[in-house]
Amino acid sequence: MKKSVFFGALTVAGVAAGAAAAGTLDDVKARGTLNCGVTTGLVGFAAPDANGEWEGFDVAFCRAVAAAVLGDPKAVEFVPTTGKTRFTALASGEVDLLARNTTWTFSRDVDLKFDFIGVNYYDGQGFMIPKSLGVSSAKELDGATVCIQTGTTTELNLADFFRKNNISYEPVPIETNAEGQAQYLAGACDAYTTDASGLAATRASFENPADHVVLPEIVSKEPLGPLVRHGDNEWGDVVRWTLNALIAAEEMGVTSANIGDLSASAGDNPEVNRLLGTEGSLGEMLGLSADWAKSAIMAGGNYGEVFEKNIGENTPIGLSRGLNAQWTDGGLLYSPPFR
Amino acid sequence: MTTSTDPSEGTFKLSMLIYDTRYRSITIQIVALIGFLSFFGWLAANTISNLSDLGKEPSFRFLGEQAGYDVNQRLIDYSSQSTHLRAAFVGLLNTLLVAVLGCVTATVIGVFVGVMRLSKNWMIAKLMAVYVETFRNVPVLMWIVLFMAALIESLPAPNKFRGADPEATMKVFDSVAITNRGVYIPEPLFSRSLGDISVGSAFDISLDLIAILAVLFAGLWGARKLRQRADAIQESTGVRPVTWWARLAVVFVPIILLLVALGFHLGYPALKGFNFQGGTYMRNSLIALWLALSLYTAAFIAEIVRAGILAVSQGQSEAAAALGLRGNRIMSLVILPQAMRVIIPPLISQYLNLTKNSSLAIAVGYMDLTGTLMGITLNQTGRELETVLLGMLIYLAISLSISAVMNWYNNRMKLVER
Repeated sequence: MKKSVFFGALTVAGVAAGAAAAGTLDDVKARGTLNCGVTTGLVGFAAPDANGEWEGFDVAFCRAVAAAVLGDPKAVEFVPTTGKTRFTALASGEVDLLARNTTWTFSRDVDLKFDFIGVNYYDGQGFMIPKSLGVSSAKELDGATVCIQTGTTTELNLADFFRKNNISYEPVPIETNAEGQAQYLAGACDAYTTDASGLAATRASFENPADHVVLPEIVSKEPLGPLVRHGDNEWGDVVRWTLNALIAAEEMGVTSANIGDLSASAGDNPEVNRLLGTEGSLGEMLGLSADWAKSAIMAGGNYGEVFEKNIGENTPIGLSRGLNAQWTDGGLLYSPPFR
Repeated sequence: MTTSTDPSEGTFKLSMLIYDTRYRSITIQIVALIGFLSFFGWLAANTISNLSDLGKEPSFRFLGEQAGYDVNQRLIDYSSQSTHLRAAFVGLLNTLLVAVLGCVTATVIGVFVGVMRLSKNWMIAKLMAVYVETFRNVPVLMWIVLFMAALIESLPAPNKFRGADPEATMKVFDSVAITNRGVYIPEPLFSRSLGDISVGSAFDISLDLIAILAVLFAGLWGARKLRQRADAIQESTGVRPVTWWARLAVVFVPIILLLVALGFHLGYPALKGFNFQGGTYMRNSLIALWLALSLYTAAFIAEIVRAGILAVSQGQSEAAAALGLRGNRIMSLVILPQAMRVIIPPLISQYLNLTKNSSLAIAVGYMDLTGTLMGITLNQTGRELETVLLGMLIYLAISLSISAVMNWYNNRMKLVER
């Protein structure tokens, strides 16, 4: 770990200046593949399936960006990163884009010099405990041993939460989700804490998910979003508007089923036309082809389809839309207009 | 009459730096040194300027900022409101703790195994050979992870101790609890404690501990004086006075009196809430790391000890046997003191290896220097270069200190040639 961080730091020094100057968009086009940083494996968000193909909510976003830029959703090189290595990987130019359920915070945005391009999942930190523990609120966890992934905001939220409620706890730092799962299942920690979506995903992979509950307390705001390096605004725009395109597509009723018809020729809805490139020149402004948004949506469907397919209520993870519904449905998803 | 063939002093020409063999090697060395230094200067300047372009000028101000995270094992007071510097210090002490524990245990096991491997008993010798070969030929990280997994999976969770007919019970007269979170052992408590003194408002040192250590050293010093007196009497009169009871008394009586005066008693761990409370808690991350590092390094030390013993000529043990010494006394009085001279130098590198290998602690979540300063602090502040450089400097300082101490010891043990 020490070594990789050090070389990472050196690489930051060596590569960053060059990478920032050249323009990531041109680099990606020249290379023909998108390097996308994802987790080392969190079912539903980013994990390789039985055939070694990466799939999940974050993975789908990487594929949408690759489709928008290169026209091919398969042209993605997935780079697994841990909580500790992810920022170094992005800063050094090892990845073009980090889609790794990363919380948007002030210090990461300002001090670490990254640009969060939006929020693709509104989350909050929760606690999972075995049902047999008989605990119904996180405030009853006085003296409990809690497993946390180190190098995340959860560590700080946890310290704040227990301090605020004036109760004690014993943190057990762990490096990856798999390790945390092993310790938690063996009873080496009473509770496991991370983002509620991550807890649901972890619980879904248990042998007996019903034996475990996620406590009702959500102790923090965790807006998870993809991020890029600070200072490359053209690339930031491409990634930001790809996410907006997926969100807007759902709002406007553009799905992977009807997108073929809608994009064949200009229709009645001018905003759909502009989005899909049958009217106006939005793609050109981004430095992409006119059908960039169409390719992005075709890659895995609109935001709603991606959500339902990977983490929605009909998947083992079973997350409801909640805050992640469209603003028209009482959620927080709100794409700026395409004009 | 003599004729000088040397060139006269005054005719030094610049070209002589290359063509004159007297100067050439110096020239080459200086040029190489300049090249070497400018390469590193260029690397450093490049790093700093590129970091500045990123808006991340190297700065150590983050050390004074609030850390915000908790650390489970801390030898000094620490809370999430403490600074990053203090968090680094907590990590440093944890590193030193596991390094010292590891070095002591590895030495004891290593010497034992090394001697045993030379045993004439075929069974014992082969068993030791198997131990050495398995441990030193598997990466230490695997051992650490294996020990941790074994502790977590095979030992009972604390809630197994609950209930009228629990699945697991405490060991050694109900005083030691062995769980998959760690081992709880009784802790010494003082009902009439002297309290703490704080050093520079940063650390508290227990006065009880200072008092006990002071009395212990005074007792040992007294015992030594008694022995010297007995030696002197034996020298002059030829009769050695019986002093063993006085020497024991001078060490133990004051200590026992002090402990009684302080109200010494043991605090036993008891299951309360989610965990055992009370007692000294040795987390399984510490135990796994300690055991793995000790057993791994002990395998190397065993080979060093074996080599050291074999380096002592056979004639030495034959001569000792001829004098009528028994086997174990030959080993401790004749062979090992001579073998030490061969053993100590490579032993230093094993101690250094163990200390540096302790940075693998993060694999089991042991919060050492790598876990705090170069782990969480690095991640929360994003100061990769600063934290890693600082961490490297600290490891360098620890290693050089160990080398210095061991070199001093080596010089003392060295054969004094006359």
